[in-house]
Amino acid sequence: MAGTVAVAQARAGEPDTFRLLVEQHSRALFRLAYRMTGNEQDAEDVVQETLLRAHRHMGSFEERSSMATWLHRIATNCALDLLRQRQRHDKGRESEDPEGHPIVERLAGHEPAQDRLFFNVQVKKRNESAMARLTPTERTAFVLRHFEGRGLDEIAPALGLRVGAVKNTIFRAVAKLRRELEGLA
Amino acid sequence: MKVMEHLTEEQLIEHYYRDDEDRVTVEGHLTVCTSCQESYQSLAHMLEAVSDSPVPERGEGYGREVYARLLPKLEMQKPAPAGFDWRSWFRMPALATAGALASLLLVAFLAGRLLPRSNTPAPTANTAQIRERVLLVAVGDHLDRSQMVLLELSNAPDAGARNDLVDISSEQKWARDLVPDNRLYRQTATEVGETGMASVLEELERLLLDVANRPSKISESEFRALRKRIEDKGILFKVRVIGSEVREREERPPVSSADRGKL
Repeated sequence: MAGTVAVAQARAGEPDTFRLLVEQHSRALFRLAYRMTGNEQDAEDVVQETLLRAHRHMGSFEERSSMATWLHRIATNCALDLLRQRQRHDKGRESEDPEGHPIVERLAGHEPAQDRLFFNVQVKKRNESAMARLTPTERTAFVLRHFEGRGLDEIAPALGLRVGAVKNTIFRAVAKLRRELEGLA
Repeated sequence: MKVMEHLTEEQLIEHYYRDDEDRVTVEGHLTVCTSCQESYQSLAHMLEAVSDSPVPERGEGYGREVYARLLPKLEMQKPAPAGFDWRSWFRMPALATAGALASLLLVAFLAGRLLPRSNTPAPTANTAQIRERVLLVAVGDHLDRSQMVLLELSNAPDAGARNDLVDISSEQKWARDLVPDNRLYRQTATEVGETGMASVLEELERLLLDVANRPSKISESEFRALRKRIEDKGILFKVRVIGSEVREREERPPVSSADRGKL
């Protein structure tokens, strides 16, 4: 509802109310963007680009939908664009691990964790590495389903896929994560 | 009875996300099949571990920081309204523009019923409807937030026998944020003759200013006096009443320009 307000006001050329919109949604957008990109600076860029696109395309907002949903959709697209760009850029680059061992094996070579903090750091690293191995589409589908709690029917249009294809994408993402994180905790 | 085969990984994933069509059957199987139970627990454990990944925290002021960074770009990128460009009617000095436009939105809503019928084409009517909705939600949200500040103050524990100072810094910050919006809504309500709303907003504003301008830690007696002021004036009740009235209007379906007089 509040989203409707912000878009409609901004649509009417109201800068002060666009400010309210930004203030209200930036944190949630940042969380989504960070989950999708796994990088703070990229997430900041996604938030900014999302809000600029929202401002530019007020006319395409339909009052029936919620503002949060609309903004999240734009943020998803922005993050997806960024992930795809990054993928193209990284294509052909050697794996960070010269021998190409899966992350689990690499971590298995470490000294045993001496305390909880060390363990948590390892878990975080493993999560990040596992997420980084997903394709942009897999990562997006997984983030929207797992972290954002979006339904398959919401994710499908955001990715331009059918519901069945979204399901399969999530299956692939979870299977990959499982392989990477097997034995965690 | 047909014995169900082991669940596939896909079925387990669907079950975890509650996307399975035959949930009862899957649940039934999981209660009797140890192997599938273990697979499911392992999957759930892994997914919960993924959920534990922290996201860097962004503070309360993050939205403002983002807006400050955006502002120069927004200046270069004015949105093209779908219909009539109202801004062209109201060109004024930059500093006054933001407040004045917000006022216009409020006027469009509050005075909607006072406006004579016109032969305005459909796109203009849509714009007016959008503005009405905008205002309703904006005022409603403002009143909700104000109510929460008042409730926080009313229900906050006092310093008790220890005679400590009472920390009102968080309520104070909130009050400071609410004052400019409140002023705008009050002025507009006055302009369009919504005297009841204007009067409540005026009382609310005085209270918000009082809270905003005090030290962040006040004595027990000052705190009690502040609470008494809220109670004596019945301000919380008044805010709640006009808030619910606004919400009621908000719930009504949009009306055509011709019907707006019935609001």
